[in-house]
Amino acid sequence: MDIYLLEAIINRILLGGVLALLALGLNLIFGVIDVVWIAYADIVMCGMYALYFLYAEYGVPLPVACLIAIIGVSILGVVVHLLIIAPVLNSPPLNQLLATGGLLFFLQSFATLLFGTDFRNIGVRLPILEFATMYISFARLIAFMVGLIGAVVLYLFLKRTYIGTAIRAIAQDRDIVGLMGVDQRRIYLVTSAIGGALAGLAACLLALQYDVHPFIGNTFGPVIFMICVLGGLGNMIGGFAASFIISQIIAIGGYYSNTEWSYVLAFTFFIVLMFIRPRGLFAR
Amino acid sequence: MLSLASVSAGYGSFQALFGVSLEVPKGEAGGVIGPNGAGKTTLMRVISGLIPMQEGVMTMDGRPVGGLPAHRMVEQGIAHVPEGRRLFPRLTVEENLRIGAFIPQARARFADQLDWVYTLFPRLKDRREQAAGTMSGGEQQMCAIGRALMSKPKVLLMDEPSAGLAPLVVQQVFDLVRRIREEGLTVLIVEQNVQQVLDVVDRAYLLEVGSIKLSGSAAELKNNSFIRQSYIGL
Repeated sequence: MDIYLLEAIINRILLGGVLALLALGLNLIFGVIDVVWIAYADIVMCGMYALYFLYAEYGVPLPVACLIAIIGVSILGVVVHLLIIAPVLNSPPLNQLLATGGLLFFLQSFATLLFGTDFRNIGVRLPILEFATMYISFARLIAFMVGLIGAVVLYLFLKRTYIGTAIRAIAQDRDIVGLMGVDQRRIYLVTSAIGGALAGLAACLLALQYDVHPFIGNTFGPVIFMICVLGGLGNMIGGFAASFIISQIIAIGGYYSNTEWSYVLAFTFFIVLMFIRPRGLFAR
Repeated sequence: MLSLASVSAGYGSFQALFGVSLEVPKGEAGGVIGPNGAGKTTLMRVISGLIPMQEGVMTMDGRPVGGLPAHRMVEQGIAHVPEGRRLFPRLTVEENLRIGAFIPQARARFADQLDWVYTLFPRLKDRREQAAGTMSGGEQQMCAIGRALMSKPKVLLMDEPSAGLAPLVVQQVFDLVRRIREEGLTVLIVEQNVQQVLDVVDRAYLLEVGSIKLSGSAAELKNNSFIRQSYIGL
């Protein structure tokens, strides 16, 4: 195999790790609360700004800055649930879509107003690793490893704890969890906090590789939605796998032509698959 | 132990229960029989807090519990095995049982309760790692009852436990109900299978269009000519 193709594939597997993290968060929220957070990528944007200001402007040490950003976005998740999701929980899906879509425009405009449209970089320069004559981005490698660890921790939480079991149960039959002594509203808050924390973690990992600006969410938001739908909306394992499939299509497409065409290829693949398997690749 | 006085409830503008009163003394089993659409499931859902009570008084051990949401009712010692079993199909049997022990008091004695449920239903222990949705109807009913028992309830509500099961399995389900009674639990059971349910309960109520039409000991109802004609088919 061509060494450059291999390099592209490896780098994209590494990027897939961050997308997988976001797909997990979005699927978790959708599966449990049954509302699609259209503004999820823009919540990530807020996390990136938080990290940028803490680290680059105020000189907070990077690990501490990351931790504060993650906790901050987690709290933001809870606030979004209380202010925007909770009031429309029993509304028709279209109204929910408009509410979270409105949040997207609000966050983008608000960020533009506060920070302008400058591209800002946190200024952490990580080396490019040379490995068997291939060049691999260290930032992406870290992002991949941390993303994987995040996914494993989430898995153990959902599998081993009472709250985690309740979260999985509520996604399977929301009407009767009350009979088990589970307070639905509390589970929704915990889920929003976890979804927010995953967005915060992804924000820290993305800030290592990309500049932050008010519209950064637009560059990966649509891809995350495509991944979630491809994997079967609400299906966490499906979304996790679909992250790597889409990343690879973009990598291989990008290698043979250019990045723009690779996205065309990925979305074409997505549309064709929606005709063949309308409920997602991994539909049950 | 569980007592309802003039309880009314419904869905939105539709009223399903009109002034229902009933009493289940400690250690006894009560039965509610009646045709489809009489409000039997609504009654169970009101008692377990899934549907809010509109009027009336409900007490557990003399304490008023009416109007509490479902997740607080479990803390009062009321467990509800819903109609159609409603297991979490993709959770394993043991995970279903674990979620039954969600309330803090139950978590503390999880291991003991689990042993007890596995002693009652050894089949569940064999299937502990299996996804609950892949079991047979009878096994699922065992799991649903086991899940409710995990909270160590004082009163167990059972909504149509024999519905949708093969005749032989129906017999097994009623045997289960007998065994649970022998454990000293107070039980309230809703059934369309009138003949069978009158064999396992002490006292029964006939519910028609949202109100109690008849009540009495199981023996009295079994010999009541109206019940015999309309519900037992003799």
